[in-house]
Amino acid sequence: MNSSALIHAVIDGVLTGSVYALMATGLTLIFGVMDIINVAQGIFVILGAYLSYALSVHWGIDPFVGLAITIPTLFFVGIAVEKAFFGRLKGPEKTAMSILVTYAISLVIEGTLNMVFTVNYVQIQAWYVNKSFRLFGVWFPYIYVFGFIMAAIMLSGLYILLYRTRFGASIRASLADQTAAALVGIDVRRVSTICFGIGIALTAPGGMIFGATNTFNASTSYDLISRLLTIIVLGGMGSLGGALLAGILMVTLEDLVGVIWSPVWSTLSFFLVLVIVLSVRPQGLFGKQSARVA
Amino acid sequence: MKRKGKLFRAFGATSVAAVTAMTMAATTTSGAASNGTLAKGAPVTIGISLSLSGDFSADGLAYQQGYKLWAADVNRAGGLLGHPVKLDIVSDASSPTQVVTNYQKLISTDHVNLTFGPFSTLLTLPAAQTVNRYGYAMIEGAGGGPSVFQAGLKNVFDVTLPVAYDLQPFAKWLTSLPASTRPKTISYVTSNDPFTQPVVQEAQKLIGKSVKTVYNNVFPAEATDFTSIADAVAAAKAQVVVLGSVDVPTVSAFMQAFEQAHYTPEAFIATAGPDQGAAFIKAVGAKNADGMMVPNSWYGQSKNPQSMKMVAEYVKQYGGTAAGVNADIAEAYAVGQVMAQAVTATKGFDNSKIIKYLHSGVTLNSVQGSVKFNALGMNTAQTAYTFQWQGSKFVEVNPVGDPGAVKILFPKPAWGN
Repeated sequence: MNSSALIHAVIDGVLTGSVYALMATGLTLIFGVMDIINVAQGIFVILGAYLSYALSVHWGIDPFVGLAITIPTLFFVGIAVEKAFFGRLKGPEKTAMSILVTYAISLVIEGTLNMVFTVNYVQIQAWYVNKSFRLFGVWFPYIYVFGFIMAAIMLSGLYILLYRTRFGASIRASLADQTAAALVGIDVRRVSTICFGIGIALTAPGGMIFGATNTFNASTSYDLISRLLTIIVLGGMGSLGGALLAGILMVTLEDLVGVIWSPVWSTLSFFLVLVIVLSVRPQGLFGKQSARVA
Repeated sequence: MKRKGKLFRAFGATSVAAVTAMTMAATTTSGAASNGTLAKGAPVTIGISLSLSGDFSADGLAYQQGYKLWAADVNRAGGLLGHPVKLDIVSDASSPTQVVTNYQKLISTDHVNLTFGPFSTLLTLPAAQTVNRYGYAMIEGAGGGPSVFQAGLKNVFDVTLPVAYDLQPFAKWLTSLPASTRPKTISYVTSNDPFTQPVVQEAQKLIGKSVKTVYNNVFPAEATDFTSIADAVAAAKAQVVVLGSVDVPTVSAFMQAFEQAHYTPEAFIATAGPDQGAAFIKAVGAKNADGMMVPNSWYGQSKNPQSMKMVAEYVKQYGGTAAGVNADIAEAYAVGQVMAQAVTATKGFDNSKIIKYLHSGVTLNSVQGSVKFNALGMNTAQTAYTFQWQGSKFVEVNPVGDPGAVKILFPKPAWGN
């Protein structure tokens, strides 16, 4: 093991982890506001990847430019799904039922994608997908750097929305306590619908970067969702900052273990850290146990 | 005492019920397994579990096409012993647990007459163990890992070359190069999948110290992000890379990371992925595929007449070119062919007779070439080949001196050129 390998592992971890954080943020936002565990988030990421792929292959639209189409598209898909399936989910069984409903949604989308795109693996191509530049003796792949910058912009935008706007205040109030938010006049139902749309919209940029850095088909979503769920549980269910930190932390740790010890243990380390953290802080790194119990 | 008597009666009744149920189940299942006759014109049902979703879905779907292609051909020719072939295919979602449930259901509920194997060594082992309990033969084409044969099962028959031998021609070619041109360094990196690890270990053994190992590591089969592993391989800068991969995404991820690290090995061979024809080219691009190698025992442009017929039918039905036909199609088709010959020879669908026949040392034929099983169910009659993408063509490059082999593209061209 040499120092350059370690530096490379840290760089890979931070760049890749930020994209996972972006995908996981949507998941944790949906849970935080709606108490819905969206196990379909993985397939929405793949749907985002396929939309970018289709725009690139059929209309020659650059994947980043294509986000101007895919983000709003997935936002409205999210709104439609929320209105169709989650409006009627109420009561103490809501969270458990949401797992079943979102699993069913994910199966339907997977089947549809298999019919439309077949099960053959594809990858999004653009000039920067396989290219890299050298800085301080280290090769930086453009796609990961662009992905990192995009994730930073998206997450900053989300931060501004949440902490600098009136609507953001409504979301945060709903995150803290839905009953109290409703009592002060916030339309929690509307906030929930829009939050679900935002959560799904965030899969568009995440899916685009995922599809440019991996070959994928609809079944790839199964690998993604376990990773995304681990990130939001570690960060604290409903915590946006927790998802960001946990995404970067987990992927960096995984890469470091692979370099220092062996890649065999890298995936194990991912889940080992989760078990250790949860045994000390059952609510995750930034989760608020009292709020969730309430 | 009264309480004890009630307990005894309850226990006795339960025992009788359980024994009756077990006897009925045994009668039903053994009946299904050993009854070699069918009513005239009744279909012969073949039970198959395939990965129609999950990690192996691309291969599972290709297997489904291969099995269906074979069944259509047999039915066009009048069926098996006059019985039309009906395939009962269920999905296991690439899960070793689900595959067990599926074969139990196929045999004990659906009462299929015969069984064909699922995709991958990982799923074939539990599947073969399950059908063995019912006395069924399992002819398969994708369970060539040593763990399948080491289980000591007498009912499993792999029509494809055992994977442990896959890299023999490549290792032989590499070590036979004159010292002046032979690469000096090699990296081995493999998934800990039961299919890939033994192949790479065998290659290491064969290549030995002829080429210096500068990187040797194993990554978990469930890994999804290969960036750091591939970067570590690239940093080792070996002239040769041997990658133990099960699918296209793994190979593609390494290729992309190597290109991003401006590292092109002189020879790059992956255990699986580049053999998936058009699916591989579509995922990585034809220019990047140039020079990529893969071991196998069959390819789309094979001159085997049976293979040519099957490829022509496949292309007619699904489109594409001979070079783009996935090797999984031929494996699945060969499974059907071997079963058909066993059924014809034993004059029925009695699984015990089929097992005995396949263990008799008889040499059969298939689209992949000859098939002859040893006591473990390995096909000992096939030859291992190495194939390489050269431009848009998928060609045989060794064994060196084989009539079908063309000159190997070495060193491999730089990525994208």
